[in-house]
Amino acid sequence: MKKTFKGIYLFLIMLFLYLPIFTLMVLSFNGGKTMNAWVGFSLEWYEEMFANRQIMEALGNTVSIAFWAASASTVIGVLACMGISAMKEKPRTLLMGLNNIPLLNADIVTGISLMLSFLMFGISLNYGTVLMAHITFCIPYVILSVMPKFRQLENHTYEAALDLGATPAYAFFKVVLPDIMPGIVSGFLLAFTMSVDDFVITHFTRGAGINTISTLIYSQVRVGIRPMLYALSTLIFVTVFIILIVVNIISHKKEEKES
Amino acid sequence: MKKLLTVALALLLCFTSLAACGGGDGKADAEKTLYVYCFGDYFDPELQYQFEEETGYKVVVDLFDTNEEMYPVIKNNSADYDVICASDYMIERLSSEGLLAEINFDNIPNAANIADNIKPFIEDFDPGMKYSAPHTWGTYGIMYNKSMVDDPVDSWEILWDEKYADQIVMPNSIRECYMIAARLLGYSMNTVDENQIKEMTDLLIEQKDLVYSFANDNAREIMIGDSAAMAVITSGEVIYSKEYNENLEFVIPKEGTEVWTDCWAIPAAAKNVKAAEAWINFMLDGSVAETNFEYLTYAIPNKEIADLVDEPVLNPSAEVLANCETLHNLGAEGDDLYSEYWKMYKAD
Amino acid sequence: MSRRIFSGPFLLFILCGTLIPLGVIAYYGITDRSGSFTLDNILAIASPEHSEALFLALLLALISTVICLLIAFPLGLILKDSRLGKKGFMVFIFILPMWMNFLLRTMAWQVLLERNGIINQLLDLVGLPHLDIINTPAAVVLGMVYDYLPFMVLPIYNALIKIDRHVIEAAYDLGASSPQVLLKVIAPLSLPGIVSGITMVFVPSLTTFAVSNMLGGGKVNLIGNIIEQEFTVSSNWNLGAGLSLVMMIFIVISMALIEKFDKNGEGNVL
Repeated sequence: MKKTFKGIYLFLIMLFLYLPIFTLMVLSFNGGKTMNAWVGFSLEWYEEMFANRQIMEALGNTVSIAFWAASASTVIGVLACMGISAMKEKPRTLLMGLNNIPLLNADIVTGISLMLSFLMFGISLNYGTVLMAHITFCIPYVILSVMPKFRQLENHTYEAALDLGATPAYAFFKVVLPDIMPGIVSGFLLAFTMSVDDFVITHFTRGAGINTISTLIYSQVRVGIRPMLYALSTLIFVTVFIILIVVNIISHKKEEKES
Repeated sequence: MKKLLTVALALLLCFTSLAACGGGDGKADAEKTLYVYCFGDYFDPELQYQFEEETGYKVVVDLFDTNEEMYPVIKNNSADYDVICASDYMIERLSSEGLLAEINFDNIPNAANIADNIKPFIEDFDPGMKYSAPHTWGTYGIMYNKSMVDDPVDSWEILWDEKYADQIVMPNSIRECYMIAARLLGYSMNTVDENQIKEMTDLLIEQKDLVYSFANDNAREIMIGDSAAMAVITSGEVIYSKEYNENLEFVIPKEGTEVWTDCWAIPAAAKNVKAAEAWINFMLDGSVAETNFEYLTYAIPNKEIADLVDEPVLNPSAEVLANCETLHNLGAEGDDLYSEYWKMYKAD
Repeated sequence: MSRRIFSGPFLLFILCGTLIPLGVIAYYGITDRSGSFTLDNILAIASPEHSEALFLALLLALISTVICLLIAFPLGLILKDSRLGKKGFMVFIFILPMWMNFLLRTMAWQVLLERNGIINQLLDLVGLPHLDIINTPAAVVLGMVYDYLPFMVLPIYNALIKIDRHVIEAAYDLGASSPQVLLKVIAPLSLPGIVSGITMVFVPSLTTFAVSNMLGGGKVNLIGNIIEQEFTVSSNWNLGAGLSLVMMIFIVISMALIEKFDKNGEGNVL
């Protein structure tokens, strides 16, 4: 009884989460351009999508910005965690508080404030400014994922390694890194996802010729979004889905082997 | 501490230089590249490739969603564009602030294709037609569903008919909503008289309870899905909407309406004027206009395709046009006034 | 000293990416278009159309946060006990929807909820009454819950799986009833997760403009919509910046209230 109730509950939540996604997937195969009438099954949007240079460029930009932003923010975030965990209580609380600001700020405020600052200091908007902005809002997610792992870490093992003659770098890679790795991976993935999903901040900080999928979608709102973008989103979604399943199976097998 | 400061300074240097030089690789062949700044999805993407093939320029297209988003970019010259697309009142604003370059129409022979009936409206916001060449144009009117509306639709007044409570879609934009009230009260839609604006707000508030939703792009989708009986919508959506729902009709109310024009223009800071002129000339070509019309279904004021546009609402008669107005730039104070009353209207 | 220096790049980004831009916003907020000092943009919050929007935003954000909490906590408990609760799977299920673009996801709800939309057509088929919530605050709340639920589920789930099984068993052994265990043992131990979940849902709900625009049909005006309008339509950046500052103050106050419950002050997101 209890079990069926739990099952129904889980099913309803999954339905809630995936119903809109399923709707979009179905619409991407709609022959017409409208969202509100089914014209017939068609793959035309998929064909058009691959032929569209703008969409392909936006896809490239999205992935490259997300990759570099996630990588840079992961490195900076991990370094920051190392530094912060060595600090005394007061500066640590202060820094963790500062770290929360980008999370608490409305996207639109972050985006506009960054744009205004870039303009004020005479930096013209381009790929670099978008990247800077993305790194800025990705760092907090990395720190929030990695910091707890640092706190669980036995600080003494690192000190012990140093005492035994390891260089700090060696001690870090051999002693600290393996323990905080899960935090780093989830931080990187979260940063990557956030970067891909963001549109407001990108919108305000990009320069000539820099479009991401989100800004492309947003700019089409005026004349109506073309189902090509549903097709693109469906493909991205399915790709990520498959990658995650494969990663899951591999890590599962690894765990089984280890135990 | 000193050490920390040095490191911080060094990093600051890296930060700014990365921000300043990233993506600057295209600068070398500036003469070969044309930077276009345009509303999203506002011309057939095939045309971009066609233009590149014909002229040898490389085209980089950037998109924006509203005129107001584009304005600060051009004003601060935060990114360099050679040719932009903007609406009537924004052309007026940009040119009055000296942000647009006069177009040398000698280099744009296809300007002869510009339809005559649109010229008075262009003259209205761009006297002498010096700064702009039209891309698309249209009017606002009422789209209604024949199966849901049995009264004759010929006046904005029907939007105030209680019979259609919760069945009406209004535009989610300040100037267009006020345009309707202005037309009913006989005011200019460019008025900045506070008493008149107040009166228009009161009139709109009377009708607010009847509104199903405020929507721009989504209005046509609501109509196609039979979710509302009437929508105030631009004429450009008519062909598209009728294709999916044959019950839809479009009427330009007898009180008159707004004529809008979206134009190409060249910013004063443009680096590649030659390419920009080539782009505008290309866009005014008859066959290009035809491609665009088929892609967008928005009316294109081009003589060469006049026969193609057989939908009368897309090419209104002189009689209808005589009763129409174009939006003007109202200046910061005028904009603030409208914005203030609009917020009150929305909050009411 | 040597290890603290590693936080240098982070400090730099906080400075350049957060503090300086905040300073710029503050500068715009306390000046007018001509650049002279004024407090009008901040005091503008007192006018009814602004304060009502702020109040409505606070209310809807509060409701969405409570609903998210009510959905996420039982969900966390179920997943904690079930075989499905493998960490990879959880993250997988709740992060995956984020790979469908945010605007498209919300737009899909529009198609689903419209008066003659997919859900109502299905209800018609079964002969049930219509669900008429589109263009009302209820639809906006639904959108908020939908978009931000993962941010509530993940931290709560992470806090729950960290609870030592033996602690719970000990409570039962000592004669505690199920509700007692839930309220006196599990809930307090998962508090850090709950607190960070509340933060991650409340703040974006309070500041959103896209959700209210798409699902509220332009009839639900939140403070985010007003600010967005000032920046993108009315071109009154100073007023937009001033109102943003006020909104930030409200966020800080709300967060201070919430953080009171979390003595450690460092709730973790993942």
